[in-house]
Amino acid sequence: MTQPAGTCPNCGARIVFRWSSSVQTVCEYCKSILVRTDVDLQKVGQVADLPPDSSPIQIGTEGAYNHKGFVAIGRIVYEYELGSWNEWHLMLNDGTSGWLSDAQDEYAVSFAAPGRKLPEPGQCHVGQSFVWDNQRYDVSTLTTAHYRGVQGELPFQYWDKKDVAFVDLRSETGKFATIDYSDQKPVLYLGQMVEFEDLALRNLRAFEGWS
Amino acid sequence: MSASGPTPPGKPQVKALNCPGCGAALTLRTFGNAVTIVCDSCHSILDATDPNLQILQQFKVATDECRPLIPLGTRGKIRGTDYEVIGFERRTIQVDGIAYSWHEYVLFNPYKGFRYLSEYNGHWNDVSVLKALPEVHASSPPTVRYLGETYRHFQTAKAETSFVLGEFPWQVRVGESAVVTDYVSPPRVVSSEQTGQEVSWSMGEYMSGKEIWKAFHLPGDAPEAVGVYENQPSPLSADTKNIWVAFAVFLLLLVVMMIGCDTLARNEKVFTGDYKFDSNQRAESSFVTDDFELKGHTSNVEVTTSTDLNNRWIYLNYALINEDTGQAFDFGREVSYYHGYDSDGSWSEGGQNDSVAVPSVPAGRYYLRVEPEGDPGYGATYYSVTVKRDVPQYSFYGIALLALLLPAILLTWRSLSFEHMRWAESDHPPVGSGDNE
Repeated sequence: MTQPAGTCPNCGARIVFRWSSSVQTVCEYCKSILVRTDVDLQKVGQVADLPPDSSPIQIGTEGAYNHKGFVAIGRIVYEYELGSWNEWHLMLNDGTSGWLSDAQDEYAVSFAAPGRKLPEPGQCHVGQSFVWDNQRYDVSTLTTAHYRGVQGELPFQYWDKKDVAFVDLRSETGKFATIDYSDQKPVLYLGQMVEFEDLALRNLRAFEGWS
Repeated sequence: MSASGPTPPGKPQVKALNCPGCGAALTLRTFGNAVTIVCDSCHSILDATDPNLQILQQFKVATDECRPLIPLGTRGKIRGTDYEVIGFERRTIQVDGIAYSWHEYVLFNPYKGFRYLSEYNGHWNDVSVLKALPEVHASSPPTVRYLGETYRHFQTAKAETSFVLGEFPWQVRVGESAVVTDYVSPPRVVSSEQTGQEVSWSMGEYMSGKEIWKAFHLPGDAPEAVGVYENQPSPLSADTKNIWVAFAVFLLLLVVMMIGCDTLARNEKVFTGDYKFDSNQRAESSFVTDDFELKGHTSNVEVTTSTDLNNRWIYLNYALINEDTGQAFDFGREVSYYHGYDSDGSWSEGGQNDSVAVPSVPAGRYYLRVEPEGDPGYGATYYSVTVKRDVPQYSFYGIALLALLLPAILLTWRSLSFEHMRWAESDHPPVGSGDNE
């Protein structure tokens, strides 16, 4: 499902979108952040080099979730006081987009879940419970993070955000939820904690001395 | 990373680092996952997320006071996955003014992430972080339910980090503490760890030192485990279960045998005769009965004596004699029956009837020789003798049952005392377990 290609307005390198709904991508060569308009690509900024990386996932890693194949096409690296984590943007083979979060090799897959009633910013505390889709979730952590870098294709423009507040929730059934307060309106993502083995990942990064 | 092209896959990240405290070389093993790293030489705790490795804390230890049993950098296979030991810490709790310490090892695999081992007095646990929240029930004692299993509260204690070494995926400091609560269901333990508002949950599964030594190819022998650990599986619990299963099987067999023997037994009355014995007569009292046929395979013969004795006794010398071979089975029976009243009410002793089984009597024609004896002056005693062939016997089953029951009860008792030792160390000691209140 490769989409029509363009060229980087900064360095002229070829830019290919793998996913038709991608709004933003990063030039692999000059690290320009490019936003897709109707006609062409517009450079809106530039990312610094990504920090030393620990994730075994990389752009192009393939896997499966709920019997649907996916490929990682982009990512956001978040940094907070206790370290950093990756949100990998997944393109599923049914055309939808999802997220695979990798926090120190703890993995969770989630999908945007619009239309649910969400608490106002600053109204959550650890231990508080919410019910969405008949599932109870307990607030486990409150995190203030900032974006440290982006790579590849993303479904929204994400290059100029500063501090972002996240509320993470867990359930007794292994379900997982995140409320993202980075926009005017909070966005809920629902998903579940997953085992590395269960994702059947291919095309992973190699680590020296490990196989 | 390089800015000159697409991220090259598989390029190793070699990082030469030196401790800003003492200059010693540091090895980073977790490809950027570490949050803190501790210098082995000067015990500086360094911020691994800072390129300049800022010193966060320095702690003093007695030389070699605390060394990991599995050296940092050792690789081993846990549940089929290779892990490398990257960090080590000692944590200490105080119970009644006595310090108890255990050790935790941080294991790392770049794909599967972190896993932990804990060790206390030679008892090991394979620990991983829970993916789902356990349900906590504030019963007494409190329990948690996780994946359909119930865990009983064992202990809640404040654990202080008293020694650290290597890399950690969290901010570690010596002197920091967390409230650790263990819930057990051997061989597993579910633990919660609370620092401030945040609670993290993990699950441990008991491992023996021998298994650890094998997994990490360690030289020598693992230190012996001391005492009974909170989630140590009872070595007897499986045996106890098995022995009761075996008991049930044998019991069933026994019942089948009993029913079988009962239905198959001929239980055939072959002779009966009524006699009178007068102890006042001085004449020879012995006599022989008419002969009778004992049929079938070699089996028992039951001789029953029924009397009209009343506060008297007689003694009968019996001989069961084979008419053809002359083989004799001799046996004597005393029959006595006494009764009366005293200050405690009515009493009685003995009975008017007696029965005896002569085992293993071959088939053939037999007769009984009977010689009664009694106190002179008793007068006449009327009695009858009945002979039955192949009568089912039940006393054997009672003895067999006892022989089966005894080891089962003994093992169960030993298993219970193992559980007693386990819980004696908990916040909920069994009644009468002494000084752990």
